[in-house]
Amino acid sequence: MNEFNGILTLAVFMPIAASILIALFMTGKIARGFAIIATLAELVITSYIFIAYRNNPDGYQMVDRISEWIPIDSFRAEYFLGVDGLSAPLVLLTGILGLVAVFASWNVTERTKEHFMWLLALQGAVIGVFTALDFFLFFLFWELELIPMFFLISIWGTGRKEYSAMKFLIFTILGSAFMLIGILALYFSTGTFDMTILPDKIAGADLIIPASILFFLTIIGFAIKLPVFPFHTWLPDAHTDAPTAASVMLAGVLLKMGGYGMFRVSSTMFPDQLLDFSWLLALLGVINIIYGAAITIRQTDLKRLIAYSSISHMGFVLLGLASASGGAAILGMTGAALQMFTHGTITGLLFLTVGFIYEKAHTRHIPDLGGLSGRMPFLATSLLIAGLASLGLPGTSGFVAEITIFLGSFPAWKIFAIIAASGVVLTAGYILWMIQRAMFGERPEHHNKLTDASIPEMIPIAILIVSIIGVGIYPSIISDMFVGGIEPIVEALN
Amino acid sequence: MTLHDLYLLSPELSMVIIASFVIVLDLLLKNKKILPIVALIGLLVPIFFGIRLWAIDDEYAFFDTFRLDSFALFFKYLVIGATALVILSSTKYAEKFKHHQGEYYALILFSATGMMLLASSVEFVTIYVALELTALPTAALAAFLRESRSAESGMKFLVLSAVSSAILLYGMVLIYGYTGTSHLSEIAIQISRIGIDSSPALIFGIVLITCGFGFKISSVPFQMWAPDVYEGAPTPITGFLSVASKAAGFAIILRVFYAFFETDSFDVEWANMIAILSAISMCVGNLIAIRQNNIKRLLAYSTVAQAGYLMVGLAAMSTLPGGEDNAGPAGILFYTAGYAMTNLTAFAVIIAVSSYTEDDRIDSFAGLAKKSPFLASAMTLAMISLIGIPPTVGFISKIYIFGSAMDTGLEWLVVVGVLNSVVSAYYYLRVVKVMFFSTTENPKSINSGLGAVSATTVAMIATFAFGLYPTPIIELAQTAIKSIVS
Repeated sequence: MNEFNGILTLAVFMPIAASILIALFMTGKIARGFAIIATLAELVITSYIFIAYRNNPDGYQMVDRISEWIPIDSFRAEYFLGVDGLSAPLVLLTGILGLVAVFASWNVTERTKEHFMWLLALQGAVIGVFTALDFFLFFLFWELELIPMFFLISIWGTGRKEYSAMKFLIFTILGSAFMLIGILALYFSTGTFDMTILPDKIAGADLIIPASILFFLTIIGFAIKLPVFPFHTWLPDAHTDAPTAASVMLAGVLLKMGGYGMFRVSSTMFPDQLLDFSWLLALLGVINIIYGAAITIRQTDLKRLIAYSSISHMGFVLLGLASASGGAAILGMTGAALQMFTHGTITGLLFLTVGFIYEKAHTRHIPDLGGLSGRMPFLATSLLIAGLASLGLPGTSGFVAEITIFLGSFPAWKIFAIIAASGVVLTAGYILWMIQRAMFGERPEHHNKLTDASIPEMIPIAILIVSIIGVGIYPSIISDMFVGGIEPIVEALN
Repeated sequence: MTLHDLYLLSPELSMVIIASFVIVLDLLLKNKKILPIVALIGLLVPIFFGIRLWAIDDEYAFFDTFRLDSFALFFKYLVIGATALVILSSTKYAEKFKHHQGEYYALILFSATGMMLLASSVEFVTIYVALELTALPTAALAAFLRESRSAESGMKFLVLSAVSSAILLYGMVLIYGYTGTSHLSEIAIQISRIGIDSSPALIFGIVLITCGFGFKISSVPFQMWAPDVYEGAPTPITGFLSVASKAAGFAIILRVFYAFFETDSFDVEWANMIAILSAISMCVGNLIAIRQNNIKRLLAYSTVAQAGYLMVGLAAMSTLPGGEDNAGPAGILFYTAGYAMTNLTAFAVIIAVSSYTEDDRIDSFAGLAKKSPFLASAMTLAMISLIGIPPTVGFISKIYIFGSAMDTGLEWLVVVGVLNSVVSAYYYLRVVKVMFFSTTENPKSINSGLGAVSATTVAMIATFAFGLYPTPIIELAQTAIKSIVS
């Protein structure tokens, strides 16, 4: 059963190959230039994948499948890549943020070559996670992403970077340890790693481990990644201490791996358990939203503030997922998927802008800032747009995602949806307060010589603003596709 | 005994001849640099015979004491490969032995001969002789540095090795007394006839033998010798011990276990006994390794933990439901091969670095990423593989072996295993951390010698390549296992 279109293989391995080329042959600015070319090419490839799927949105497309990868009786893993409505937008997102991350590290001077090498390797691994349809391969890519991120945080980070990098790694690896147990149990119960047929096989199989335990074993890995309260403690540390590019990738796509896993594995393979435990997801979602927002308000470090706001926003993904048990399941789950995409671009932009501000002002401590809009109007505008999108202003992509989640989850979880909606007020509070304190008001003397963003810094900001407003005005470009990917999941739920 | 018997023994015989030739050459030559080259080229001969013998179907020789099958050949290839890498990485290190270099290489070759013989032994006395042939040269090698730590290392290895051999012999005697034969195949028949539970003496004998072998593979509670011996021995010998000696140990354990438990007598109780030992090995090895500051001691405890992972496969060998495809034992074979590549990468780097810094502390690796990006990358790959993160052979090994345990209903052992991998990530990555993030006052680049660098390259490429495409070795391992399962 071999098929080979090559485009997905190219999308996964082109960045990895570019990373190896950089490692072997390039240094300094040449490495940077090459990384830009590679990520630009990757953006073209991922856009092509997105458009091609849009033109023919049906099931799994562009499949690359080689059964002879590990064709052993007791261990039959395939090389199997494919995209559907759920993964195609996320692949595009990774393409966009990959380019953005490279521009974000324009000013990296320390060990430049290694920086771009790890960034590209990371991008390839994440696209691998989103496209893998063999559970073993999925797990391989899932783990592969760890090492580049570990290096990115611990070499180019700030503050307690080594501690944060290790914490990130140990948390993730702990989650994947449980996931591995789940994957192995599934394999030996059903005899296949093929994620496209696993849902049917699980339904009819005599499972080694009860399905509800399997559900938790697999979802815990995703919950740590997303992150879900109480597994979120690694995130503020990792985000705060990571360099800008790594923060963008971490918030933009790595968290989405958790959400994606919840759709692809938890919902698709364990529909009954999802329904049984949707109360738990809704509850944790609301805790994430409110608790995350409450902590965010008290933050004085710009990056830490955004990091905690991510926890709050990821709660919406959980709430959307929990709407599975209600009448508007498709709506709510599409909202959750949409939230993943929009949060990727919005938080990417927030981290990017804050990263640039930090590079210029050398502080992220909000009380030390103020009045920056006078010196850096472009960055101030960008922070304002990202902030407004983050609090869900109509016309931005953030609004579309959150409103769909509320509409979807209301029939199933009225109380939770109402509490969650009040979280929006908190969001508005901390975002506006943050912008007011950092950008307006009185400017300290020593900040009078600050400069605005340079051209290479404006490019990634522009890309993200376009995608935020674009999706805000015309959401169906992404949401139609998500609906296509989520409909089969919801059908299985009923 | 016929000429054909000698042909079946040809890889071992040629090893002995090369070893003797190296000693003679050592007497005649002033330039000792030629010795490792001769030894390496000489290793092509046993490889040549080994490959030719692959065509032969399982055959007995020397009055049924020696069996040549694909299982034995798998381990012979492994031992030859590991020996070659150890010799290659020793070239610069061994210069400090001055006019004793000839003995050094010859002893390695003799010990390797013992391991190869062990993989083929199917009779108690032969097993014993092969074991001693393996152990005695190693003890001499461990003491080769002729300083107090090294001497302690050699002495400890010798004494404890003798004790474990004594335990092993006692077990063998009990089983011989009970079954009236020392041939494994006949023991298997006898045991399946009278039942393994028929006498406490029989069980006691099996337990003693298991303990004896437990020493060889340094599993808990027989691991105490490992850290001291590993730390004191010359670094290449530490690598040799951790890889080849362990592989040979598992080879003979598998053979003996298949003889004892050939019928369906390997039941849940035996599986659980091994599983508990395995779990304790993992936990003890990993937890103690966290506190180590010497890289060789760290790897010594890591090897105890790795023995635990390997024993997961042993616990899953069984004829329990789900074990029909022998994934457990095949996993052990794959794991030993993968572990050999990985650990030899690590040791080649340690040899390269420590022959320059004269220091085995983990801190001596500080700033290695700047001084030698190549060695630092190789070490990182080795550490990642030891944790079990892709794209390395260690990742596939762990999944394969844990999968076999899952299949035979040892879910709890899988849980212990994967949690241990998480713990191990902490201390393996500490080495990476020191190399990449710590700075050093001594930014001179390392001149580590061609031998160690080429050994690193070979082992590193293998670690990486078989992590992406493990199928050839898995197939080889499965063929090998089929040849000892009747």
